[in-house]
Amino acid sequence: MTEIPLLDVRDLTVEFQTRRGIVKAVQHVDLTIAKGETVGIVGESGSGKSVTSYAVMRILDRAGRIADGSVMFTNLDLRNAAEDAMRDLRGREISMIFQNPRAALNPIRKVGRQIEDVLLQHVKAAPSEVTEKAVEILEQVRIARPRERYHAYPFELSGGMCQRVVIALALACQPQLLIADEPTTGLDVTTQKTVMELIVELTRARGMSTILITHDLGLAALYCDKIVVMEKGRVVEAAPSRAVFTAPEHPYTKKLMRATPRPGVSLRDLLPEGEAPTGATIAKLPTAEKAPLLVVEKLIKEYPRKGTQGLAGTLKKLTQQKPAPEPEVFRAVDGISFSVNRGESVGLVGESGCGKSTTSTMVMRLIDKTDGTILFDGEDIGAIPAKKFALLPLRRRIQMVFQDPTDSLNPRFTAARAIADPILRLGDLKGRDAIRARCEELARQVGLPVELLDRFPHQLSGGQKARVGIARAIALKPDLVILDEPTAALDVSVQAVVLNLLQELKDTLGMSYLFVSHDLNVVRLLCDRVIVMRAGKIVEEGATDRVLFSPEAAYTRDLLAAIPHPNFDKVPAAAARMATGS
Amino acid sequence: MTDTTATAPAPKPPSNSILSHARYVVSENLVTGFAFGLFALIALCALIGPYVVPYDPLASDTSASLQAPSLRHWFGTDQLGRDIFSRVVVATRLDFIIALSSVALVFVMGGFAGIAAGYFGGWTDRLVSRLADTIMAFPLFVLAMGIVAALGNTVTNIVIATAIINFPLYVRVARAEANVRRDSGFVMAARLSGNDDFRILLGHILPNIMPIMMVQISLTMGYAILNAAGLSFIGLGVKPPTPEWGIMVAEGATNIISGEWWIALFPGAALMLAVFCFNLLGDGLRDLVDPQRRT
Repeated sequence: MTEIPLLDVRDLTVEFQTRRGIVKAVQHVDLTIAKGETVGIVGESGSGKSVTSYAVMRILDRAGRIADGSVMFTNLDLRNAAEDAMRDLRGREISMIFQNPRAALNPIRKVGRQIEDVLLQHVKAAPSEVTEKAVEILEQVRIARPRERYHAYPFELSGGMCQRVVIALALACQPQLLIADEPTTGLDVTTQKTVMELIVELTRARGMSTILITHDLGLAALYCDKIVVMEKGRVVEAAPSRAVFTAPEHPYTKKLMRATPRPGVSLRDLLPEGEAPTGATIAKLPTAEKAPLLVVEKLIKEYPRKGTQGLAGTLKKLTQQKPAPEPEVFRAVDGISFSVNRGESVGLVGESGCGKSTTSTMVMRLIDKTDGTILFDGEDIGAIPAKKFALLPLRRRIQMVFQDPTDSLNPRFTAARAIADPILRLGDLKGRDAIRARCEELARQVGLPVELLDRFPHQLSGGQKARVGIARAIALKPDLVILDEPTAALDVSVQAVVLNLLQELKDTLGMSYLFVSHDLNVVRLLCDRVIVMRAGKIVEEGATDRVLFSPEAAYTRDLLAAIPHPNFDKVPAAAARMATGS
Repeated sequence: MTDTTATAPAPKPPSNSILSHARYVVSENLVTGFAFGLFALIALCALIGPYVVPYDPLASDTSASLQAPSLRHWFGTDQLGRDIFSRVVVATRLDFIIALSSVALVFVMGGFAGIAAGYFGGWTDRLVSRLADTIMAFPLFVLAMGIVAALGNTVTNIVIATAIINFPLYVRVARAEANVRRDSGFVMAARLSGNDDFRILLGHILPNIMPIMMVQISLTMGYAILNAAGLSFIGLGVKPPTPEWGIMVAEGATNIISGEWWIALFPGAALMLAVFCFNLLGDGLRDLVDPQRRT
């Protein structure tokens, strides 16, 4: 390459000072980005991909420092640049999009004002015309009615809208390099698609370079020219997207590729070769009996709308001449009916706000329904108030695996104590030794090393915490387990292992699963039947293969199409991106 | 990001013993180490002070009244010839007991009312919060004066008065912390495991807000000592001739003008050191009870 690359990172090593000595988060990383190029950095959590970008921006936290190597931005040495120069550079030449758009925006400042702040900071607009400019930028990121949205606060906008505002902030000063750190994690697939297309289109139009940091190999392959795969602080593979995706060279990349759920593979295929569990030898319990375990009929959950209750609402009603045009309640779940048979797993799929979590918590009997019936094994559990249900023996037959393994474990309980909790409250076992023995048995069942049982959650990895959560859920041998996105917070390779574990447990213990997820690819692997929900209603229901390969509802087709999966066999990457981009 | 590698080999199992953790907390931060040292000194005075002091704190010796600090009387003597050093050391126990019992009382009352308010919300919350607001509406020291004056001049009533004026602080901290955790995953999981509300409050939420409550406890310990001394200073509370820092400062205050500064200075300095110690102790105590610091 004859021309100077825009960003040239050589031999970068970043160290963190911790209580247990120095930790090298990034080691000898080389990275070059040419002008106009889009580079994806892919890796699992702890691979050092975010730290690398923070080092480039020089926004490492206090314990971290660049120990070795050089960071050149065109001709400027970023490693040794003065803080003043860096501050001027950030936002103007290099800008960043963060993972959580809502956290990246100031919650008490109008979004338009926040864009103005950036413009004024870098003297990109005169104070007299700054408002016009901000509105113009909002328009560029395709925010409808930008003049109105200028006055909106971040909490009034949806997640996707907030991310557009963050993109607007990042691009306001026409930087040369954009670093996008997991820009679409936490967004729905359809929103992810529009946001990614927006980023690609805007950066392309301005000839900007982009670093896309992601854990999703498919997403990176679809939108990037080049992919850098990182593992444990080192770059293990760097090649054009097509090469990485179609013919990965490094074993770690192969493992990642394998673990990513995609059409046409089975659950076992996700695991690395040779590590497949003894799935074939497990004697499956007879699942022939098709007796329905859970029957939900015309279930409805309504929430009062803001400002229609209490004193303020009453005052509003009194002062208003006409009755309010909108109904006073919001229907989160709008009359849905479905059933789950014994030994069956049913997927409940939809985007955020579709009511899938409300449905599962109602079935779980943590919140009360507004109307409808929930029959569990012939008994109308919907009629029992949630408060009473917690203390009934029925409680032990319905358990749940939570979405965030960290959040769902009491930080002050050891793993053993967490697993023992349901046994202590609802189980028949008495005596310390018996309970301890049961905990160890459960730990072995979920593949958690027994010596980890005495650790606190923060001393466990994400995968280990997930196993603790699963062990707790199956401790009482429940009939129905509700899985609320149990792998959403996990890395793909860990997800592959956990999904296999769940399948194995189901086969050996004969439980039924209600699997709540937004990820159709994951649902496909684990479920016999799928229910697609949208806005509180069931859009489509049927056998997994039928729904995923020949979907009837347009919405299901949209969901499927939004899953990033580059098709290198038919069209070259650039063409595919152009097609989706414009 | 760097510490959550799923595939990394398990590091050396971290020691979960409280002793090694305490050693780490004390040695990691100089200020914390100093505060714990000072606390040990105060606790020692309270425990064995009355048995080791050179003079009887109540014995007056008019022939040796108003003597300046010397080798015989380290902190000097007062109007009645009592040894001030002995009195300051002996007073530690009483002040310490008043502070400790009032803080224990308010921790139980305010802490429990607070987490109940935060966890249940609704009427419980309204009732507890308005009660706290009502107490806050009074000038707190005047309120304490009123309570002691109305209930009578005893140590028990000082403890009760001090606990009542600290009540709103505990309620607010506990309420806010419990409110945040009310909808967290682990509370929901606890409910699924068949825990009733009482167990969730005491077994799941309370341990999690202990770190922040420890800071509160340590801060109010200092405040409680000041308050008890203040009440005694104005003549409500502990009665003379019982050695107590507040009374001693009050007794010595009139003598400052005539040049006998030591009578008020030494009990005052003891008071200041005790309050200072408790204020510094907060962060250390928090680290001590927080398992997340034990990585």
